[in-house]
Amino acid sequence: MWSYLAKRLLHTLPIALAVTVLCFSLVHLAPGDPLSAVLPSDASQEVVDSVKATYGLDQPLPAQYLRWLGRALEGDLGRSIASGRPVIEEIGKAIGNSLLLAGLAAVLAFSVGSVLGIVAGYRHGSATDRLLSSLAIAGVSVPHYWLGIVLVAVFSARLNWLPAMGAGPDGSGDWTLQHLPYVVLPVLTLAAMPAGIVMRSVRALVAETLGKEFITGLVAKGMGQGAVFRHLAKNIAPTTLAVMGVQLGYLMAGSILVETVFSWPGTGLLLNTAILQRDIPLLQGTIFVLALFFVGLNLLVDLLQPLLDPRMQRA
Amino acid sequence: MSTALLTSQAAVAVPLASASQGYWRGVLQRLLRDRVSVVCGVVLLLIFVAAVFAPWLAPGDPVVGSVLKRLKPVGTPGHLLGTDELGRDMLTRLMYGGRVSLLMGMAPVGLALLIGGSLGMVAGFVGGRVNAVIMRSVDVVFAFPSILLAVAIAGALGAGIGNTLLALTIVLIPPLTRVTESATTQVRSVEFIEAARASGAGSAVIMRVHVLGNVIGPVLVYATSLLSVAIIMAAGLSFIGLGAKPPTPEWGLMLNTLRNAIYTQPLLAALPGVLIFVVSLAFNLLADGLRSAMEVQ
Repeated sequence: MWSYLAKRLLHTLPIALAVTVLCFSLVHLAPGDPLSAVLPSDASQEVVDSVKATYGLDQPLPAQYLRWLGRALEGDLGRSIASGRPVIEEIGKAIGNSLLLAGLAAVLAFSVGSVLGIVAGYRHGSATDRLLSSLAIAGVSVPHYWLGIVLVAVFSARLNWLPAMGAGPDGSGDWTLQHLPYVVLPVLTLAAMPAGIVMRSVRALVAETLGKEFITGLVAKGMGQGAVFRHLAKNIAPTTLAVMGVQLGYLMAGSILVETVFSWPGTGLLLNTAILQRDIPLLQGTIFVLALFFVGLNLLVDLLQPLLDPRMQRA
Repeated sequence: MSTALLTSQAAVAVPLASASQGYWRGVLQRLLRDRVSVVCGVVLLLIFVAAVFAPWLAPGDPVVGSVLKRLKPVGTPGHLLGTDELGRDMLTRLMYGGRVSLLMGMAPVGLALLIGGSLGMVAGFVGGRVNAVIMRSVDVVFAFPSILLAVAIAGALGAGIGNTLLALTIVLIPPLTRVTESATTQVRSVEFIEAARASGAGSAVIMRVHVLGNVIGPVLVYATSLLSVAIIMAAGLSFIGLGAKPPTPEWGLMLNTLRNAIYTQPLLAALPGVLIFVVSLAFNLLADGLRSAMEVQ
C-alpha cells in the first residue's frame, strides 16, 4: 500500500510541474507584446527596455519561468490589469463562492445520480430503467448554460419564485438564510450533467455486478436483499468514487458558463471578466489555481481508492 | 511447404475480408432496426441539410435586419420563428448558425480523431518508451478539466472561430489518444497479430489491416459521443465571448445576445439552445445505438 501511495505522489509531481509550465506559456500564447497593456504605444526604446528589465522580460524564457513559478508558489500571481489589485486577492474572494456552488451541486448530483443509477441497474431493461436512462442522457446532453437560462425564464421571469442572478441580496460575504434562494437555480443547473454521468456509470456498474457469479452465489446461499446490496455497494464504490472525483473537478471548471449566466461572483465569472477585458494575468492566475485544485483532487481520489478497495492495499 | 503456407494464408484472408464486410453490414442493419438511432439520424440529417444549404433555403438575410421588426414572437407572418434583438429573421439565423456551430463542434473531433487516433495506435502498437512519452504527455493535458483548458487556450489566443477550433482540437486529442491506445494494447496481444507477423506481414500492414480494423469500432463510438460534448463546448465558448464574433450567426452567441429577451420572449430566446440540445442529444443517443450495434463495451 505504501508503495502505491508513493507511486501516486511521484506520478503527480511531474504533472503538477507540467501544469505550471502550461500556465506560464499562456501569456506567450496571447497575441501581441505582454507589455502593450502596461506601456503607452509611443514609449521610447529606452523606456521599453527598462520596463522589460523590471519585469524580467529581457531574460531567457526558462529563467522567466523559474522566476514566475517562485513567485506563484509564494502566492504572488501578479496584478490584474483591469482592477489593478493582486490577482491572488481576486481569486481568494471568488473561490469560496465557486466551491460553495460546486460543493452543493456535487452533493445533489452524486446523491440523485447514485440512487437513480442503483434503481435503474436493479431493474435493468424495465420501463423504469428506460425512463431513468432517458432522463440521464438528457442530463448529459443538455447545454447547461441554456438550462440555466430556461430555469430563469420559468422560475424567475414567469413565476417570480427565485432570484435570477447574483449571490445574495447585498454584496457582503456574510452568509444568511436570505442567500439560500440565490443558490437554488445555479446549483440545479450545474448538477444536471454530473447527475446524468454518475447515474449512467452507477447503472452500468450495478447491472454488470449483479450478473457476476458471486452475487448468484450469495443469493443461492440464502443471503437477504440488504446484505447482498452491501456486497454490491462495496464492489462498485471505488469506480464510482473515481467518477465523482473527476466530476467534482469538472463542476469547478464548468461553472464558468453557469456563473456567467447567473452573474455568480466566483472564479468562473472572474475568468469571464478576464476574457472580456483581455486581462491575461487574471486569466493565467485563475487557470493556475483551478488546475492545481484539479491535480490535487485527482491525487486525493487516488489516495482514497485503496481505502475503499482492499485489493489495492495488497498490491 | 511454401505453397501450403500461401494457400492457408489465402484461405484465412478471404473469410476475414468477407467477414469484416459482413460485420459492417451487420452493424448497419442492427442500427437501422433501432428506432431511436434512426430518428436521431434523420433529425441530424435534416439539421445538416438546413445548415449546409442555408444560402439557398433560408427565407431571409442572416445579418441585415429591420429595427422596426425587433423581437417579433414565434409565428409572426413572414417570420416563422420570429426575429431577434436586431430584427433579423430567426429561422434564417438559426440555419446559418448551424453552419458555424456544427463546424466548430465537429471539425475538432475529426481532427482530434486523426491525430489522437494515430498517436494512440503508435503508442499502443510500439509500446515501450514511445508509449511512455506519448501517454505521459497526454496525462499532462488530462490534468486540466477539458472546458478549463479550452477556455485557457481560446482566452489567451483571443476570440475567433479559428482559435476556438484549435483550442477544442487540443482538448479532444488526449481522450481519443487514450481510448485508441488502450484498444490497440488489447488487440496487440491477441494471437492473430502474432500469426500475421509469423506469416511475414510487416508492421505497417499489421497496423493498417489488423489493428486498425479491430480498433476503429470502439474508437468511432467514443468519437460520436465526443461530438455531443464538443458541440456543447463550442457553443459555450461563443456564449462567453470566445469563438464566433457578432454579427456571425452562431447558436451559442445567439443564445447570449438574446438573453435579455427571456423576460419578454422566452420561447424565442430559448430557440438557439434548443438546437444545441437536440444536436447534442442526437449524437449521444446515436453513440449509444452504435455501441450496442457494434457490441462494444
